[in-house]
Amino acid sequence: MDNQTFEPKIVAFCCNWCSYPAADGAGVSRLQYPTNIRIVRVMCGGRVTPSFVLKAFELVQMGVLVATCHFEDCHYMFGARKAADVHKITERLTEMIGIEKERLKLDWISSAEATKFAKVSKEFVETVRKLGPSPIKKQNLDVLTKSGLNEK
Amino acid sequence: MKNSIAAAVKESKAYLCLECGKCTGICPISRFNHGYSPRILVNKAIRSGNLDLLKDKNIWACLTCKLCDERCPAGIDYINLTLATRLEAQKIGEEAICSHGGAAQSLMRIMATPNLEQKRMDWIDNELKITQSGEVLYFVGCLPYFDVLFSDIEVNTLKAAKASIKILNHLGITPVVLSQERCCGHDLLWGGDLENFKKLAEYNINEIKKSGAKKIIFSCPEGYRTFKIDYPKYFECDFKVQHITEVISEAISNNTLKFKNFDKVVTFQDPCRLGRHLGIYDEPRNAITAVPDLKFIEMVRSRKRAICCGVSAWMNCTTYSKSIQLARLKEAKETEAELLVLSCPKCEIHFNCAMKDEKAGKQAKIETIQLVTLIADLVKE
Repeated sequence: MDNQTFEPKIVAFCCNWCSYPAADGAGVSRLQYPTNIRIVRVMCGGRVTPSFVLKAFELVQMGVLVATCHFEDCHYMFGARKAADVHKITERLTEMIGIEKERLKLDWISSAEATKFAKVSKEFVETVRKLGPSPIKKQNLDVLTKSGLNEK
Repeated sequence: MKNSIAAAVKESKAYLCLECGKCTGICPISRFNHGYSPRILVNKAIRSGNLDLLKDKNIWACLTCKLCDERCPAGIDYINLTLATRLEAQKIGEEAICSHGGAAQSLMRIMATPNLEQKRMDWIDNELKITQSGEVLYFVGCLPYFDVLFSDIEVNTLKAAKASIKILNHLGITPVVLSQERCCGHDLLWGGDLENFKKLAEYNINEIKKSGAKKIIFSCPEGYRTFKIDYPKYFECDFKVQHITEVISEAISNNTLKFKNFDKVVTFQDPCRLGRHLGIYDEPRNAITAVPDLKFIEMVRSRKRAICCGVSAWMNCTTYSKSIQLARLKEAKETEAELLVLSCPKCEIHFNCAMKDEKAGKQAKIETIQLVTLIADLVKE
């Protein structure tokens, strides 16, 4: 698969209070952003533990975006900070295991920033497109069978 | 499906079960979780070997610590029956409840991909001498990953790896450390995932053969067990395997290791994999007692009767696990020892995690240290 025709698959964990409404707002105001992004809504960015991200990579997602509130207006006061702390651990793990660190991104998007959501998604999809398929993707897809999910 | 359980029953001699219930009596899980009973599971396996057994969530609760095997008057090989049951259960889609959201399992399954470029050698500093090919290999295991994953409970399992290499260097051995070493697959195997276990095993064996190593030294008892017992079951491998405590014990009897004084009272936790699975009880004790001025006290339940650290293969970490850990820590504290000496990275992680609990109290607070770290610090140059 060459990089021209290659379409990255990206999962985005968006928090319920800021980033998810931002994505919603982007849809309502008809902002264009790539369809490569699949959104998973979580109650708080702090809930996104290393296991979420690693599972996504195990199931050959090519990039993972974690989007939370800004530190000051986190709905749970400390959730966004926790997300940032956990992100550091996840970053170290993914880098150690041989997945490029650019494939993982943490960003802060408030519910009013629909344009920022569209912009961040576009940029992130382009970054991952340049990197090509995930190092796990390049090889066999047998790891998929574990969770009963199959790629077409 | 029915046949393979029947075969496992035959192989583990489960049909000899007297229904005496001594396994349930001694099981550390049953002590706290009254709904769990090894006897009932053996019974289910003998009676039918059907879905009733495979769908039972309790088959994943077993620590496979082998305490029941030691106690069983009929000599039933319960842990291998459990292993066979789990492999079967996985086939029909049953899965264990993984601790830490399955992060450890995900890491291992990602590692089962070939041509992965891991960056796991950061911890090796200039003081440690290693090579890329040679006779002796030191198998690190998943320690670099554990230290990152459990950085919130401030464990440093890599200290043991550094200490092991330091001791080997002191003995004049420059070990091979593979930069692309994978997980040994222990946890995937005990979680019933045979397919990915085999991939990891094949990769490791090939990589070790390429390095030209004949002898492998471990500091992690789980890796040691897997290489000694499980790899030869599925693959041809004729490596000589040794635990670091065996190396130390040998060196002490040859008078090649001399120690500084250490004026403290210590006690020792037998890891289930090293003790009951492989029968290594004396070597760690030889190493500890060789240190001058050190006072060594055994816990009430030690050697064959030692209680496991409460979780195995990153599965089913529950309140029962915590109760087991705290009970064991209290036992260690009761010996009036100042230091609890461990020789498994997972014991270190689990006990330190249990001590972080607010409810743990002072009775369960004891300083822990890995055996190799203790020895490496005390070696006279």
